[in-house]
Amino acid sequence: MTVTSQIVNLQEEYLALYNQNEAHLLNGAPDRMNELRQEAIGHFERLGIPSNKVEEYRYTNLQPFFKGTLSIGFSNEQLGVKLGDIFQCDVPELESYPVFLVNGWYSFQNVKDFGLPEGVIMGSIAEIGKKHPELLEKYYGTAANMDRDGLIAMNTAFAQDGLFLYVPKGVVVDKAIQIVNIMTGDVDRLAFQRNLVIMEENSQARIMVCEHTLSPNKYVINSVTEVIACENAVCDIYNVQNQHNLTTQVASTFIRQKAYSNVVTNNLTLHAGVARNNVVVTMEEEHCESHIYGLYLTDKNQHVDNFSFVDHAKPDCLSTELFKGVLDDRATGAFAGRVLVRKDAQRTNAYQTNKNLLLTEDAKINSKPQLEIYADDVKCSHGATVGQLDDAAMFYLRSRGVSEAEARILLMYAFAYEVIEKIRVEPLREQIRGLVEKRFRGELDKCDSCVVCGQLGNSLTCL
Amino acid sequence: MADDQNKILDEVTGGEYKYGFHTDIETEMIPKGLSEEVVRMISAKKGEPEFMLEYRLKAFRHWQTLKAPDWAHLNIPEIDYQDIIYYAAPVQKPQLESMDEVDPELKATFDKLGIPLDEQKVLSGVAVDAVMDSISVKTTFRETLAEHGVIFCSISDAVKEYPDLIKKYLGSVVPYSDNFFAALNSAVFSDGSFVFIPKGVRCPMELSTYFRINAMNTGQFERTLIVAEDDSYVSYLEGCTAPQRDENQLHAAIVEIVVHDRAEVKYSTVQNWYPGDKDGKGGIYNFVTKRGICKGDYSKISWTQVETGSAITWKYPSCVLMGDHSVGEFYSVAVTNNYQQADTGSKMIHLGKNTRSLIVSKGISAGKSQNSYRGLVKVSKKAANARNFSQCDSLLLGDRCGAHTFPYLEISNNSALVEHEATTSKIGEDQIFYCNQRGISTEDAIGLIVNGYVKEVINQLPMEFAVEAQKLLQISLEGSVG
Repeated sequence: MTVTSQIVNLQEEYLALYNQNEAHLLNGAPDRMNELRQEAIGHFERLGIPSNKVEEYRYTNLQPFFKGTLSIGFSNEQLGVKLGDIFQCDVPELESYPVFLVNGWYSFQNVKDFGLPEGVIMGSIAEIGKKHPELLEKYYGTAANMDRDGLIAMNTAFAQDGLFLYVPKGVVVDKAIQIVNIMTGDVDRLAFQRNLVIMEENSQARIMVCEHTLSPNKYVINSVTEVIACENAVCDIYNVQNQHNLTTQVASTFIRQKAYSNVVTNNLTLHAGVARNNVVVTMEEEHCESHIYGLYLTDKNQHVDNFSFVDHAKPDCLSTELFKGVLDDRATGAFAGRVLVRKDAQRTNAYQTNKNLLLTEDAKINSKPQLEIYADDVKCSHGATVGQLDDAAMFYLRSRGVSEAEARILLMYAFAYEVIEKIRVEPLREQIRGLVEKRFRGELDKCDSCVVCGQLGNSLTCL
Repeated sequence: MADDQNKILDEVTGGEYKYGFHTDIETEMIPKGLSEEVVRMISAKKGEPEFMLEYRLKAFRHWQTLKAPDWAHLNIPEIDYQDIIYYAAPVQKPQLESMDEVDPELKATFDKLGIPLDEQKVLSGVAVDAVMDSISVKTTFRETLAEHGVIFCSISDAVKEYPDLIKKYLGSVVPYSDNFFAALNSAVFSDGSFVFIPKGVRCPMELSTYFRINAMNTGQFERTLIVAEDDSYVSYLEGCTAPQRDENQLHAAIVEIVVHDRAEVKYSTVQNWYPGDKDGKGGIYNFVTKRGICKGDYSKISWTQVETGSAITWKYPSCVLMGDHSVGEFYSVAVTNNYQQADTGSKMIHLGKNTRSLIVSKGISAGKSQNSYRGLVKVSKKAANARNFSQCDSLLLGDRCGAHTFPYLEISNNSALVEHEATTSKIGEDQIFYCNQRGISTEDAIGLIVNGYVKEVINQLPMEFAVEAQKLLQISLEGSVG
């Protein structure tokens, strides 16, 4: 069932919405998810939707986007269109296990048997949570800290479904897992999605997430992903955002890392209305490695805010961060990176870089790289730059007969490539490379087919 | 090897505060507490004109509506603003005609601090304004400076003698509504220095103010105002010390600088308030608002600070680059040891075209101290071709201290070129090994490396100050290198 409500005062109405629909929320969701709801709504009552008064949301006031007439689905509704007709994975080299989620719900149209390696469990968190309550009991809600951020509390209180992935000990998932998140329907919608990824010891998986919008309505998405990487686990998460300008997305990824685990996250924002990406990494044991990357190419009135927090709680860990942005038209961007090296987390290496290109007079960027260090035997650095294309490089290209327009594209593309080359899945890297180049050439339209997940062109998506 | 180093570090950073003495001098004080009555009393004691009292009262009323800021990376104990004496002055004859009339006890105090109040003895030719607790004791070289048209006097005198200038400039850079401590200072400020450099004058000597807290239970609230007219230049120094006490004393100052076309002001601080003992007991709480405005085209402000004292430092010397082609610079060394906490940095607000700014901040933390750099570089939409480079390095001596960096970059103009770099590390064992190998003891090696690390900033200080600063660094770090 879908409830539509008019939101003006945020907190009060969302609280009322929760109270009125608590029965629906509790119905059908696994016990562990329901257990946390009461506490979560308490935190939400205290914290609310962050405005720019909250230090961590200083450059992104989300309150206006959560207002208005929004519909929330409290049960899994069948989608009218056939997903198979819209999406065709026509990238032969890029073999993957595709999974579709519609408006935050696991789609019934997904294949029943993915042919995944033995022991791997993938599916709806609501469904699997009931079959394997012990897994949720052990991990659900352990990474996503809800007492500091009102949006995380809100997600924990409202979310009913999402993707669940469990990779058992020693299993290497051969092909990439491709998660396609679709927002569709003919009403303005608010969706909550809650994903949980559990990587047992010595396991490996690569996950690609594609974010899409299929119809020209206003969408507000509040999604939380928890990743638990046990000893020696290797996990890559690539997130390609390609949504229309009416979308507001808050995507929070919380990663708990155990000894010798290695995690890569890469948020590639090609198109979005307002996007806020949170990446929170906690290094709970020694010798973890974490790489956090982000690329944002924005134009028109888009706003992208990347926030990252790396908690070096134990010694001998490594973290690198690289965020690059190209801002065109009236686009605004923000970056905030916080590295915390706790007492006794000796021999920590943490590097953080944020580089931005401003292309027009109206584009704007706010950057806030932060280091908080309580141990002495560390190597930590951060750097942030804002500038334009290098005149010398431009001259070099021009002197070799490259036209100015072409030279600009080449230089911007080279600027962005530093992030793209960090993608560890080669076919995907190639796809994204092509996509970004097209984006710079102005050939990539929201109407185009998505070369990554094979979404076909559709006039409805043209915005 | 590591043990040895730790021992030497402990020795190096365990130095004593040598300005911790107390002068026994008759002091006039008003009762504890802060109210409108107290503000009126301070104003009356200083014989101020009506406009000053009005200003103070406005500030006080505004202050009452404010809450103490808590955003800094500092652990500030609750301060009871009613438990502080807001005015304390050494009793002395009202008008000083010559040096002989300065209370010998007072003179001895400043001699002990190495501050020459006696003009004959001065070799370096630095004009000094000495401020003890709430009042200015003596300003040297006033006459020599007056010949050049330079006004250098205590702010209390300036209020009476140059009310027009005070009316025009006081509060024009840091309005009383700026922040909690600025409002407090505007309400109760007692003394400080006023400097006015007229058009085209290059101030013939360095100007210096020396601040000393002496009385117990008092707070010090000084106010400095520097105005540099077109094509003028001045270099201004500021030093501060306080006796060693178990209680915490509050110091909330405001420094305002106004620089007109093509003028330049260089402001150097060696801050050495009592930092508290090695268990973190006592020490000065230092909450300072320093801001300069480059009003004219091609104007320049340069801040240099060496911060070694204070239990808590909360200080962000800033430049508002309003004139086209104006330049702002900030050089800082902040040393924290034992339980000291510092949250300091700079703000560079680019408003004019072709403005440039440079931030060089070197933090050194030892003991159980916390040292943060917090800075803002803001390029407004109209500030075409703004250029900024910031470098914030932190050096950790010991594994119980913290070093933090919180830069904010807000860029709204595409022709801006802004770079920020920060690194955090400890003294490398390879560096020490290299020195050892060449016959330099570990202790000397550490001294050498620290000195090299801060050189870039120390080089900006006038020579006498540079020597003092270097000595201070050695004392502050005595017993802490590991």
